[in-house]
Amino acid sequence: MFRNFSRSVDQRFGTAKFANSQLKKVFPDHWSFMLGEVTLYCFIVVLVTGVYLTFFFEPSTREVIYNGSYEPLKGVPMTAAYESAVNLSLEVKGGLVMRQMHHWSALLFVAAMVVHMARVFFTGAYRKPREVNWVFGVVLLILSMFNGLLGYSLLEDLLSGTGLRVAHSILLSIPFIGPDMAWLVFGGPFDSPTLIPRFYVLHVLLLPAAIIALLAVHLFLVWYQKHTQYRGPRRTNNNVVGLRILPTFAAKAIGLMFLVTGVIAIISGLAQINPIWEFGPFNSTFMAGAVTSAAQPDWYMSWLDGMLRLIPGWETRIGGYVIPNYFWGGLVFAGVVFIGMGAWPWIENRYVKDNRIHNIADKPRDNPTRTAIGAAFFTLMAVIFTATANDVLATFFHVPPENITWFLRVALFVAPVIVFFATRWICRGLQGTDAHPASPGPSHTVMRTPDGGFEFAHGDHSHDDDQAPHEDPEGTKA
Amino acid sequence: MNERWIAPAFIVAIASAIGLMVVYGFTSHGNTQLEGLFFGLAFLGIGVAIVLWSKHLMPHEQVIQERHEMESSEEENDKFEELVQDTVGVVTRRKFLSRLGLASIGALGLAAIFPLRSLGPSPRDALFHTKWKSGARLVDHEGDLVKADRLQVGSILTVFPEGERPDDNSATLLIRVPENDFKPMKGTENWAVEGNVAYSKVCTHVGCPVSLYRETTHELLCPCHQSTFDVLDGARPSFGPAARPLPQLPLAIDAEGHLIAQSDYREPVGPGFWNRGHAPKEA
Repeated sequence: MFRNFSRSVDQRFGTAKFANSQLKKVFPDHWSFMLGEVTLYCFIVVLVTGVYLTFFFEPSTREVIYNGSYEPLKGVPMTAAYESAVNLSLEVKGGLVMRQMHHWSALLFVAAMVVHMARVFFTGAYRKPREVNWVFGVVLLILSMFNGLLGYSLLEDLLSGTGLRVAHSILLSIPFIGPDMAWLVFGGPFDSPTLIPRFYVLHVLLLPAAIIALLAVHLFLVWYQKHTQYRGPRRTNNNVVGLRILPTFAAKAIGLMFLVTGVIAIISGLAQINPIWEFGPFNSTFMAGAVTSAAQPDWYMSWLDGMLRLIPGWETRIGGYVIPNYFWGGLVFAGVVFIGMGAWPWIENRYVKDNRIHNIADKPRDNPTRTAIGAAFFTLMAVIFTATANDVLATFFHVPPENITWFLRVALFVAPVIVFFATRWICRGLQGTDAHPASPGPSHTVMRTPDGGFEFAHGDHSHDDDQAPHEDPEGTKA
Repeated sequence: MNERWIAPAFIVAIASAIGLMVVYGFTSHGNTQLEGLFFGLAFLGIGVAIVLWSKHLMPHEQVIQERHEMESSEEENDKFEELVQDTVGVVTRRKFLSRLGLASIGALGLAAIFPLRSLGPSPRDALFHTKWKSGARLVDHEGDLVKADRLQVGSILTVFPEGERPDDNSATLLIRVPENDFKPMKGTENWAVEGNVAYSKVCTHVGCPVSLYRETTHELLCPCHQSTFDVLDGARPSFGPAARPLPQLPLAIDAEGHLIAQSDYREPVGPGFWNRGHAPKEA
């Protein structure tokens, strides 16, 4: 049976010889290489649950009067979008689990992506020949973040309005073309009725299609260029040491997919997220009242929101023309971060001038400056991230939000510098040792010199070929 | 865990799947917690089983595979360059036609931008006006008219112009302040009525509704980014990222004692934008 079938397929597509060569492919095995896989599996969950939700969600601002089972909203006017989202949460059996899985997996998707990118960054895996795939990764991050923002903005609940309002204002702030841009993207003012169907198409069709297409290219390039590996016995720049795809590697990957999905499902069953029926509908009530404190975006948008909170109230005015401060804090800052990330392989290469092919990934300590820059960047982001919660922190610590904001404004400049130098110092200390960063620091041997003084005995690691980071075992390209 | 746990893990998965079907089939509204738990355990069971299987019952032989060289040989590169040049040459040999061809594609590309314009008409003067007009009566969210003694000193109310669908740009905060402490800005001395002052509710930062009022300091606070406005001092920003005071709506009182607007806002409300200082000419 199988033989006949596979023969008949092979005669038409040549599958046997293709599969024989490709399925024997060797993949290097390391826990940190699973992060990209986890990202992929989160995305699959986002996709599948999202498709399910489309069967119930009505992307329309048509006004309806709620008459469902949730008592507090009975008789309340709302948009059809909000009503259908409430109904799919409260009336559709299994609907809430699906909605919460969609939201949780989207949060984890972006989180896994960031951790995956950090791994690629700190190990220098983006270097030649993989710079272009790094850029695809950055674009995937941007697309995913904005699709997430669109996703929670579609529900027309009370809080979703704030995100859209801020996005509209940031478009407005562009010099010369701002007002036209805002009207072009939103189809009018930020509460324009064309908005929901328009953003719905972006959210469920255009952006997912772009993400899937780019993801396919991203994965193909990983396959085609082969994965990097860490240095180790018998590993060189010109080989791959690891497990064959079949059966062990594939089984591990499939197992991981089930584990990721299982964890998401359990979180989504037990941990409530975005209970829109409690927030109430958006409508004009947005302006009439109820938005109180703790209006927080989803975590991956926080760094943009935090920057808006930190920038002082300055406005540039030239002869009646205005450049608001959130043009710098929102659009310019985001642009600099994204372009800086995308261009990083080339920025680094301006200084290191390295044209070699790198198939051996670094340990973070091997390149103290790069690692320190990465750590400083994450510190900067952490400060901004904290600023998003300045109102929550103020309530928690019983201090005015003003004090928190001032503290963070200073930290924004000071903390990354401290972290930069501290990280570089730690990396240099760890260099040439195989010590784990969390273990006590490298020991020093103090020698007594013949004339009675003391001095450090400098460890000579250059004989230790496997570990010495300065001796590049990669060799130049043949 | 070793290979003895593979079978139990599969069994947990089967049991959880059955549990999920039971929850789904035998309860009237389902149960979110149990559904998530069973759904998750079914996946986790299979996942654990497969991972254990691969870890303990599959080969872990480390294989060395050579990487294939990405770079092509010099000759291949030369050949390719030649191919490209030949192809380009065939086209560009006809100078006039090839340039005309390029121009036609360019023109088509430009023309294709025009339908995009339909996605968003120009805002024209939409950013410069709200629905407030001279004599418009103030109504609350329920549509009830507002009298000058409606509010206690130190309380606030969101109001809209009567007869209009409540829209975001027109949302206005009516605040009753102690009359003696209020310092009106120059030229706005007769804009308040018996301590009732009205400010735009749209934050001059990025447009969130300014909805928190600190009664003790008479400050308005925006929940989005903590811009703070001093109500007694013309709603000037006292802290946070907002750069401009909230625009004030000039109030008056009509013969029946209801609060009315003297006019629309005298400046654009809400976030700043490029041509804020240059309103388009009235058509």
